[in-house]
Amino acid sequence: MRRLLAFGLAALVLAPAAHAQTGDVTRGRHLYGRYCIACHGANGMGVIGGRAEGQKREGPPLVGVGALAADFYLRTGYMPLRQVGKQPRRSRVLLSEAEIRALVAYVASLGHGPPVPRPQPERGSLSEGLKLFTDHCAGCHQVVAQGGFLTGGVAPPLDRATPTQIAQAIRIGPYLMPRFSPRQITPRQVDSIVRYVLYAKHPDDRGGWAIGHIGPVPEGLVTWFLAATTLVAVCIVLGKRLGRE
Amino acid sequence: MIRALVRFLDQRTGTAPFLRRTLRYLFPDHWSFLLGEVALYAFVVLIGTGVYLTLFYEDSTAKVVYHGPYGPLQGQEMTHAYRSVVDISTTVKAGLLIRQTHHWAANVFIAAIVLHLLRVFFTGAYRKPRELTYWLGLTMLTMALLEGYLGYSLADDLLSGMGLAIGYGVALSVPFVGANLAALMWDGPFPGSYAFFPRMYIVHVFVIPALLAVLLAAHLALVALKHHTQFRMSERESERKLVGVPTFPGQTPRSLGLFASVVAVLFLLGGLVQINPIWLWGPYHTYSATNGAQPDWYLGWLIGALRIVPGFDVVIGHYTLVPNPFWGGVLLPLAFFGFLYLWPWLERRFLGERGYHNLLDRPRDAPLRTAIGYAVATEVFLVFLAGSADRVDVLFGLPYIPQIWAYRVLVIVGPFVAGFLAYRVCVELQRGERVEHERRRAEHAARVARSRA
Amino acid sequence: MSKARAFLVAAATLLVGRGRRRRLRPGEREPIVAAPTPRSPDAELVAIGLLLASAASAIAFVVIYVLDRLPAHTQLLGLALGLAFVFLAAALTVTAKRLVPNEELEDDYPEQEHPDEQERVVQVVEESGLTRRRLFVLALGAAGGSIGLALLTPVASLGPALHLARFSLTPWRRGTRLVTEDGEPYRADEIEEGTFYTAFAEGADKEALASSLVLVRLPKSELDLPPENAGFDADGILAFSKICTHAGCAIALYRKPMFAPTDPQPALICPCHYSTFEPAKGGKVIFGPAGRKLPMLPLAIDGKGFLRARGNFDGPVGPSWWGVRMKRPTT
Repeated sequence: MRRLLAFGLAALVLAPAAHAQTGDVTRGRHLYGRYCIACHGANGMGVIGGRAEGQKREGPPLVGVGALAADFYLRTGYMPLRQVGKQPRRSRVLLSEAEIRALVAYVASLGHGPPVPRPQPERGSLSEGLKLFTDHCAGCHQVVAQGGFLTGGVAPPLDRATPTQIAQAIRIGPYLMPRFSPRQITPRQVDSIVRYVLYAKHPDDRGGWAIGHIGPVPEGLVTWFLAATTLVAVCIVLGKRLGRE
Repeated sequence: MIRALVRFLDQRTGTAPFLRRTLRYLFPDHWSFLLGEVALYAFVVLIGTGVYLTLFYEDSTAKVVYHGPYGPLQGQEMTHAYRSVVDISTTVKAGLLIRQTHHWAANVFIAAIVLHLLRVFFTGAYRKPRELTYWLGLTMLTMALLEGYLGYSLADDLLSGMGLAIGYGVALSVPFVGANLAALMWDGPFPGSYAFFPRMYIVHVFVIPALLAVLLAAHLALVALKHHTQFRMSERESERKLVGVPTFPGQTPRSLGLFASVVAVLFLLGGLVQINPIWLWGPYHTYSATNGAQPDWYLGWLIGALRIVPGFDVVIGHYTLVPNPFWGGVLLPLAFFGFLYLWPWLERRFLGERGYHNLLDRPRDAPLRTAIGYAVATEVFLVFLAGSADRVDVLFGLPYIPQIWAYRVLVIVGPFVAGFLAYRVCVELQRGERVEHERRRAEHAARVARSRA
Repeated sequence: MSKARAFLVAAATLLVGRGRRRRLRPGEREPIVAAPTPRSPDAELVAIGLLLASAASAIAFVVIYVLDRLPAHTQLLGLALGLAFVFLAAALTVTAKRLVPNEELEDDYPEQEHPDEQERVVQVVEESGLTRRRLFVLALGAAGGSIGLALLTPVASLGPALHLARFSLTPWRRGTRLVTEDGEPYRADEIEEGTFYTAFAEGADKEALASSLVLVRLPKSELDLPPENAGFDADGILAFSKICTHAGCAIALYRKPMFAPTDPQPALICPCHYSTFEPAKGGKVIFGPAGRKLPMLPLAIDGKGFLRARGNFDGPVGPSWWGVRMKRPTT
């Protein structure tokens, strides 16, 4: 019964969207020609070994990546990429909401690809999320999602990732990140992971000032710059005798 | 009232003369002489909070499924050890305050020892007749490092388990006997038998603290027997005459004030600044890991060293002579502490240091010692910084691999540059003082001449 | 201004004190404390106030402890107790600076040495006659050393120091199935490219270092396995020990290129010291401090499509030690 209701709701939401798409696709093709075609090629066929104006111009094909990938890359500011071959990093989104919608619609129209996922973290389990996150994500993103280093790149901190973006990244595996299929991590498990990542933005800091959730490095800084400095100051105050000022 | 107490004590222990001398024992005047006291008071806090924690900690690695009040760990399989530390942090009233204070106290304890060591080294306080005091102090530092590592490991959370795995790798890397040693300590290959955690526990809560207490008593007794060193602040101080404040009434409120300050800082940190939130790290399994695991700050130099050594084992035929972690994990600390232990002897043997000293040097008064000390400190500091290269990459986008290469060069060049610079600075300061002295003398002579005329 | 006043006060008290010292009344003592007690009622008041504040904070701690429903309980507890000591420290600082006599005394350092006493100690030992009995001293040394050795011997029971076979023991043998953390066997067709899986030997202790594997699948065209690992893959599926050969951490990172022409090649990375291993080349070290390649496990797919070991690892699992290259892994 509940599932039926969900289907009904989805149909209600999606129907007008589908309607709007034809116009968006035309506009999207236009934008694609402006921002993307140099690296991703005409009709999203991809470019390998391309150069223009002395710079590398190459990029993967976009046929079949679907709205899921286009939406992720555009809304994180990963694309348009500043320099080919560099890791895309979260940056200011340059395109307007309408432009993003048009581009996403165009890329989705290039082939059969997955739609934008709609994770429901409230359905997930926090403890399952922590476990899954530790097993699949913590090696790179650090166990409280503060980000980390790996040879060749950086796993970004997830403090700004939205639920949709978390679910998208799991499926896409941007840059060097592994790509987890629904077979390896089910949508229900994605809900749990999303729930955990949202929790990790403001975890249980019962100990007080959290100093970054990455353990010993900031703790060492506090030890030296707060505690040791204070105590040395106390030593100076107490160690100076009245007669010798 | 006081008279009655003193009489009681004297009649039963005969210590009135001793008490009188103790009350009038002199403390020379300089703030840097208080750094050792900071370490002492942190140690007192460590003992107090540590005893409290033992009343709740469980040293068992048997598995249990968590069903406590902390949601994100619900249903996770973990060891009793980890569960008990989660409980201390969540369900024991004031448990988290005590646990965090204990951990901060450990960090501050070792920071204070290091500051104290720097003061002792750069002022030449370790020289005859105080070499024994110095060696005892160094031994306490090594014990404290080990003690801190064990405490960090006992929680059995993800970070501490990874730290233990690295410790195991370092133990294995000792040439000729590494695996035998590790087999003894862990009772077999990692993660070891059920006996391993109880072993760590007893060493952490009894063996090393007891050793530290004994060494500390000997250290303090030696300080008192030979009296404090002092700076030459006026004409009154000399190698034979000590100038200072008596224990009572002058020094007592100062020392107690410092004690209260140390305790205050530690409890404030323990209550207000979160340290090692093990409930967030989750339990350890040999097959799980988190990015950027780090040890506490005082072992940071070792992880830096482990990371910048290029990848190779020294192999002869099928015999592995030197496994890689040896360089950073064993050789570097051995060389560092070897240098510190041997230094008083090296200085006598090669720098012509002679005699019997109660007066301290200022760093500039012994340019060579200062230069060498600076070089060694720079080396350790650079290796320490190298340990944070990954975080620097994540936070500031400075690429890791070039950083590692830079550190590989810096740890070879840096100490020489730092040593040379320190030497030059010392010599220049000395020269400046000489010029100033000459000027004053000339002025004085001129004034005398003028007044005569 | 205040300095001048302090000086005047000090001078005055000194004068008064001197006057007093000259003519001791009966029952009066020669003073020991060499400086006068400063008279500063203000400072005394401040110190008393601080001590009371300290007491109040300490009481607050007890109250907070009892009211454990308060939010941020740990913070309030720490603040109360911390402040109690802050006030105490402040009170003691005022005491040290303003309330106790400000003495500066001289004392002789202890003698450097006591040659006469040294001589006497030596004499006593020599006159005992024991040191001259060479054989006796030797025997005493032998007894002491042997007893020491005897007392240390039980240390050997701590672990199998001389039986290192367990260091090359693994749970893998021909036909062992690869299972998930929950014990479900892995099917070959569920292993996909571009991701990684953690697998264990069926029925083995998951925490044992040689038990855990990291599984990846690469396109067969990209495999460049060295001759000794030829055929270790099962249809492009590769299995490596999950334990780093450097210091024993878990290889919890798999990087895969989004776009092969521009991105780094696939690699397994240890998050402790960033040793980086290339799976396509059989686990070869391409960066970081590891001194040995990652051990690889030969795989096969059984008739039902399950993944099975086709033998043992090609090298010992875990960090290096002196004999790590001498023995092949055994079951």
